[in-house]
Amino acid sequence: MAWSALLLTLKLSLIVSAVLLIIGLPMGAWIAFSRERWKFLVESVVALPLVLPPTVLGFYVLVAIGPLSPFGHWYVRLTGHTLAFTFQGLVVGSVLYSLPFAVQPMAAGFAAVDRTLLAAAATLGASPLVVFRRVVLPLSKNAIVTGVMLAFAHTLGEFGVVLMIGGNIPGQTQTVSIAIYDSVQALDYRSANQTALLLLAVSFVMLSLVYGLNRSKWVVWPWR
Amino acid sequence: MALTLSAKLQKKFGSGFALAIELDFDTGFHILFGASGAGKTTLLDCLAGLTTPDEGMISLGGRILLNTSTHIDVPTFQRRVGYVLQSQGLFPHLTVNENIAFGLESNRPNAKVEEIMREMEIAELQDRKPGQLSAGQRQRAALARTLVTEPRLLLMDEPLAALDASTKSTIVNVLRRWNEQRQVPILYVTHDREEAYSLGERLIVLEEGKVIASGAPQHVLTSPARNAIAQLAGFENLLQCEVVAEHPEQGTMSCRVTGTEVVLEAPLTRVAGPEVVLGVRAGDILLAAERPRGVSARNVLLGRIESLEQRGVLVRLFVNVNGAKFEAHVTPGARIALGLSGEKNIWLVIKTYSCHLLSA
Repeated sequence: MAWSALLLTLKLSLIVSAVLLIIGLPMGAWIAFSRERWKFLVESVVALPLVLPPTVLGFYVLVAIGPLSPFGHWYVRLTGHTLAFTFQGLVVGSVLYSLPFAVQPMAAGFAAVDRTLLAAAATLGASPLVVFRRVVLPLSKNAIVTGVMLAFAHTLGEFGVVLMIGGNIPGQTQTVSIAIYDSVQALDYRSANQTALLLLAVSFVMLSLVYGLNRSKWVVWPWR
Repeated sequence: MALTLSAKLQKKFGSGFALAIELDFDTGFHILFGASGAGKTTLLDCLAGLTTPDEGMISLGGRILLNTSTHIDVPTFQRRVGYVLQSQGLFPHLTVNENIAFGLESNRPNAKVEEIMREMEIAELQDRKPGQLSAGQRQRAALARTLVTEPRLLLMDEPLAALDASTKSTIVNVLRRWNEQRQVPILYVTHDREEAYSLGERLIVLEEGKVIASGAPQHVLTSPARNAIAQLAGFENLLQCEVVAEHPEQGTMSCRVTGTEVVLEAPLTRVAGPEVVLGVRAGDILLAAERPRGVSARNVLLGRIESLEQRGVLVRLFVNVNGAKFEAHVTPGARIALGLSGEKNIWLVIKTYSCHLLSA
């Protein structure tokens, strides 16, 4: 059993879901409440990872964080090494890859809050931020938890993007799905089976929690 | 400084509906009356800042809330305009007292919250969530939540619709007491004529996005736009009258139709002055070919049919009773049975309770 890969994957999933919680809330709120005409473009960009092959996304992220890109160049000057083939690089790639899984349930949850309540809160003197904090957030609790859990579960099982950006460095960038692939390549079916079974169980538990939380709702494709 | 609201608004909608309003009013109860789709809620939304008009200006007590030509548009949360929505908009995740304290700076239930809950008779419900309240209780909580923020203008969108009479009167009394102390303009929307005539010091009638009449109810009812208003109100007969006698033992009062000797008996009501307007629905007038005897109705009047017209299954009769003109509606069957035709004498029978006191 690839314990170091498992620990690394859990750490990656935790960090990615935390980052997505922080950036997903404002993004989801913007998507839910903005009246900009070009909103559909942002929604499409957010949804891209759902349809793109992970290799395509991984390839572009790899190029973007490479030392030849302005961002990669800046990062090298700042830290002395590139993001590619590091754990931090994995975090960046995974955040992008799991973005729709966090943002879409949140946006759908925010948009489902009765607009009358928002109007009522405003007439009672609450600024948009206060309305968001005191009305929208508490009423979208389930949607937020769903988004975070889906992002966690999705990061747990990702393969293509991780392989493209992180390579396969045990202890640094080797996640559980890559470890399984490695075991199979090495014909170590016993180890592959143990790790795969564990991943299956964890994913099932996560999804059960998500569905249990949203018993009456359909959450995996939270289109509005 | 007196809190005067002054608004001039224009807004066009894709549907072709256009709102074009000019309003000025002082403190006190103002009833905004009109049929569904007349633009009442849109007007309130504009005043609260929930909808932005295409063009316009709103000022409240000298403070500019909106001026499209100078691009001033104070956001809703800074307007201090209380708005009791038709659907109440209570926060489902908060208890009654948390809801009421929502607009307070501390956000915590305090003495003020307790006082208003006592006044609204909802103190014992303070720990319940809105889902556990009846319609009347929810409405009282919503009103308390708005009043406690001390708004400088109070907008109410049919707040008492669907409430029973006793709940209604509790709420109205609290509102009146509250306003005696605060003295703010109150704009109260209704399409219920009883409310329109009983609550307001001033009536503003809206039709297709425009104010067609405004003023004291008595004045409004006799204004040139009278027909449209009567139609809205459902009273085809609006009679300017003078109270000439009260009969407390019979529960009635005698009202003489101004300019004539015709006297109608109406339910005894406390009135401010002798001049009143009585409303009688054309369908509530009973017709008889001969003088009826032994009927409970107090008003039995002999008149002459001036004209008569039939529209589908409705026959409209215009009857002159010694100078007072009445419109009565009957079915074509009744027309044949009574042999109704022009220049014919006819008895009108009107129950006391069919004479509605519209303004006092």
